[in-house]
Amino acid sequence: MAEYKWPEESKRKYIGKRISRLDGPDKVSGRAKYTFDINRPGMLFGKVLRSPHAHAKIVSIDTSAAESMPGVKGVRIIQGPGTEIQWAMDEIALVAAVDEGTAEDAARAIKVKYEVLPHVVNERELASVPAANRRPPTEQTKGDPAAAFSGAEVIVEDVYGNDVITHCCLETHGLVTEWPGANNVLLHQSTQSISSNGGEMARALQLPAGSVEVKMDHIGGGFGSKFPVDRWGVEATKLSKQLGGAPIKLMLERDAELTVAGTRPSAYAKVKVGAKKDGTLVAWESESWGSGGVAGTGMPPYPYVWQFANQKTRHHSISTNNGPQRAWRAPNHPQACLVTMGALEDLAAKIGMDPLDFVLKNIEMTGVRANVYRDELLKGAEMIEWKKIWRPRGQGGVGSTSTVKRGLGLSLHTWGGGGHASDCDLTVHPDGSVEIKIGSQDLGTGTRTTIQIVVAESLAVPREMVKVHLGSNKYPPSGSSGGSTTIGGVSASSRRASIDALNLLLEKVAPTLGTTADKLEAVDGKIQVIGDPTKSMTWKQACAKLGTQPITTRGKNPGRENLTSAGVGGVQMADVSVDIETGIIRMNNFIAVQDCGLIIDMKTAESQVFGAMIMGVTFSLYEEKIMDDQTGRMLNPNMEFYRLAGLADIGNFKVHMMTGKGYDERGPIGLGEPPTVSPGAAISNAVANAIGVRVSTLPLTPDRVLAALARKGGQAS
Amino acid sequence: MNKFEYASPTTKEQAVAMLGKAWGETEILAGGTDLLSLMKDFVATPQRIVNIKGIKELSSLQILRDGSARIGALVTIDQLLEATRKSHPALSQAAAGIASPQIRNMGTVAGDLCQRPRCWYYRAGFGLLARNDAGQALVPSGDNRYHAILGNKGPALFVNPSSLAPALIALAAKVQIFGPDGAREVEVEKFFVAPQSSADREYALKSNELVTGISIPKSTGLLSATYEVRQREVLDWPLAAASVAIKLDAAKKVTSARIALGHVAPTPWVATEAASTLIGKTISEESAVAAGKLATAGAQPLSHNAYKVQLTQVAVKRALLAAAGISA
Repeated sequence: MAEYKWPEESKRKYIGKRISRLDGPDKVSGRAKYTFDINRPGMLFGKVLRSPHAHAKIVSIDTSAAESMPGVKGVRIIQGPGTEIQWAMDEIALVAAVDEGTAEDAARAIKVKYEVLPHVVNERELASVPAANRRPPTEQTKGDPAAAFSGAEVIVEDVYGNDVITHCCLETHGLVTEWPGANNVLLHQSTQSISSNGGEMARALQLPAGSVEVKMDHIGGGFGSKFPVDRWGVEATKLSKQLGGAPIKLMLERDAELTVAGTRPSAYAKVKVGAKKDGTLVAWESESWGSGGVAGTGMPPYPYVWQFANQKTRHHSISTNNGPQRAWRAPNHPQACLVTMGALEDLAAKIGMDPLDFVLKNIEMTGVRANVYRDELLKGAEMIEWKKIWRPRGQGGVGSTSTVKRGLGLSLHTWGGGGHASDCDLTVHPDGSVEIKIGSQDLGTGTRTTIQIVVAESLAVPREMVKVHLGSNKYPPSGSSGGSTTIGGVSASSRRASIDALNLLLEKVAPTLGTTADKLEAVDGKIQVIGDPTKSMTWKQACAKLGTQPITTRGKNPGRENLTSAGVGGVQMADVSVDIETGIIRMNNFIAVQDCGLIIDMKTAESQVFGAMIMGVTFSLYEEKIMDDQTGRMLNPNMEFYRLAGLADIGNFKVHMMTGKGYDERGPIGLGEPPTVSPGAAISNAVANAIGVRVSTLPLTPDRVLAALARKGGQAS
Repeated sequence: MNKFEYASPTTKEQAVAMLGKAWGETEILAGGTDLLSLMKDFVATPQRIVNIKGIKELSSLQILRDGSARIGALVTIDQLLEATRKSHPALSQAAAGIASPQIRNMGTVAGDLCQRPRCWYYRAGFGLLARNDAGQALVPSGDNRYHAILGNKGPALFVNPSSLAPALIALAAKVQIFGPDGAREVEVEKFFVAPQSSADREYALKSNELVTGISIPKSTGLLSATYEVRQREVLDWPLAAASVAIKLDAAKKVTSARIALGHVAPTPWVATEAASTLIGKTISEESAVAAGKLATAGAQPLSHNAYKVQLTQVAVKRALLAAAGISA
């Protein structure tokens, strides 16, 4: 009989190997269909009228001109007179028309009168935030920080910050919604949550949970911003119903995507951190603030990873008239990491220690993963040639010139990433082919590919024999792809389904092989007596014994035996060059050393890390949601001044995944978030090392770099 | 999108007859890389579009051995980049800095000169001079990190977005214009003007005139270069740029110099004094730094763009050193 537990390294045929993603050819050839590509017969186009004001009360709405325009099929008011609008670009009304241009013209023809109210859209300077926009601060103290600071020999006090950024999904949010019958809905939605969206939409429409079908084959980015069906999705579906069920396509415009479809909240902190002269950390104190929109935002986990016996934190949640925050890849971790690792790097520099030595000296303060971090720091240092290139702060790393300074920086991070609840149905057909149906989604991370690998490995059949079906809520429910929970969930449920199916097959064929199922195993496309290839039959011969009735099994997670766990550590090191005359930063090398338990597909795992590093370079150097105090609007809701890194900007990446003893036995653990955490801190630290002064806030734009250099020059003179 | 007429003339005479009496009524379509986005954002709402791509003579490109050149309005940025690589490095380098390969293949030389400013208030519908409903100017008290540091005493505070104009000015080029009264030529530096009202354009063109091309005088012995300070390597607008063209005598002393700045003022900015101070000197780190300082001597930064003064100085210095073949 086969067992659930993951096979040992020597017995793995696919798991952990470098396997190209299943949908790669479809994606590069354009055959892959995204929600944006879905066009349905008789489809109408939806466009939304949005508020030009960041804070206003709606006095009146006149839709008559829009409704009478040729080609306009329907208009729905989303927020009516009397409603208080809390951020610019919030939805007022929705139009459906025969083409996009008509829908846009009609939305613009709706006349709205507003009573404009005062707004606050920036919170970078705590002192200039009006009292009305501040929540009462929260405060927590552990140990006796005052006493500990009095024993500190070196103290650093500075401000560190992360501006608000957006998810900037290349495929904007949206859906195509229709009513194939009077009481059922079909949604093609760009979503991270296939299995829950149907029930969510049904609740909003007061329909039975099973009456909404949701489909999605491919998605152009989510990053935590695409879990809900969203108000615009519900309104479009209601409008479709009004229009006899006609399909309506509503994809957000780029400016709406960047303004209202989710942000990563800002995080600023005044930090005080102290150590002994020998580098021993003794105490932490921070006063932090930030905003994720009207609802404010909670405190990121300060100090991040490092467990101080003596610490004090104080946090101000700021309410602003900005589009609300949504989970952004490792919520709160990148911000907390920059603040913490930035302050620690500054402290090491003040003491005169190499930050690598400083971090290793205090590594036990990171808790249960201290050994993982130690291994990763040493590996990363070797990969980036830390000891060869690194020079004390401001001296310029090896290769610096009079105008271009090179620097190294490091950071470390953690994440949970245990598997979510996941059900799947696996069918072994009498012809030997295998199908698995799972209500999960592939966010471009390789979920399809990893499920196929697990099933093929578990049944010892070629991967080509396994067909993976996902992207529909008609398949058994599987969790949302958020929090790095997908790989743990789907690998465990598909493993259990596969092993259960295999054991049923073994029982079926045991009499033919003159033995019992517990004496059989599946190896290399054959069913054989354990350890005896002479007593075997091919997989196809075995499956033929099923006659006309396939085997179908339901795999679940959680289930018997733990196949996944939570908690990973990672280290990143950045090598940058800074032009001190222009303040422009170029990435040289960027190293990620990452643990994620048992790796199912080395290639897609590395791709996940590469993607995180690209996103990391981007938010470190370029991304900022620029809000205008005067108009309350976002000034850069486009891809011209909301800059993303291009290939020529990212430098050379190297990724090393930790594998083997100490890692594999924990089972697959999620990888989406962890490598996104450290880039800001590693790059900011590298810049500080290069130019001899901290640039306090991300992104590290030329004006900020030059201002920091001027500040340093002023101090020196 | 507003309904509009679409015309495709095949001669410049036909085209000119189709242009409007006032700005905004009619827009000229060449590469369309700017016009289409202006129309999608309802910043441009023309009643008629005149597509000039059918006018064959506007696509010609001639460069003679002495460096004199005639560049048709419809020559693409990419064609210009390749054609001038050896003959006019400043121009080729400026072209190379423009946007992305896709835009360089669609965008045209005349389009680069006539494109509208990227000021984010203008693009958001607050008018060319960026004023709110109450008539208050938004730039001075707003986020002006990418706005003008020079020539900003009038109402226009945006920066001219042309990448080619500074290089063309350094090369003493002229814009060829055709209108109802026939053809005329104007020096590139005089082609651009800072508008006084939102209804004005940023160039000395009448609404019924057409840019037909560029002429560059002979440039034997001229050393030229463009240096852009840009944040990203991939498509990005320069934060500041400088184009220079110099002549050196046998002793490597400067006998003539022209310096023009981009992305720092509502027009391309001619740094006359910075250029003339170089005459009789050799190009060195010291003389190039001094020229950079002189080029920005009159700068009056707004509240958020003082950093651009330094970037401009660096651009001038690096362009001069590059033109003289001195590695920085």
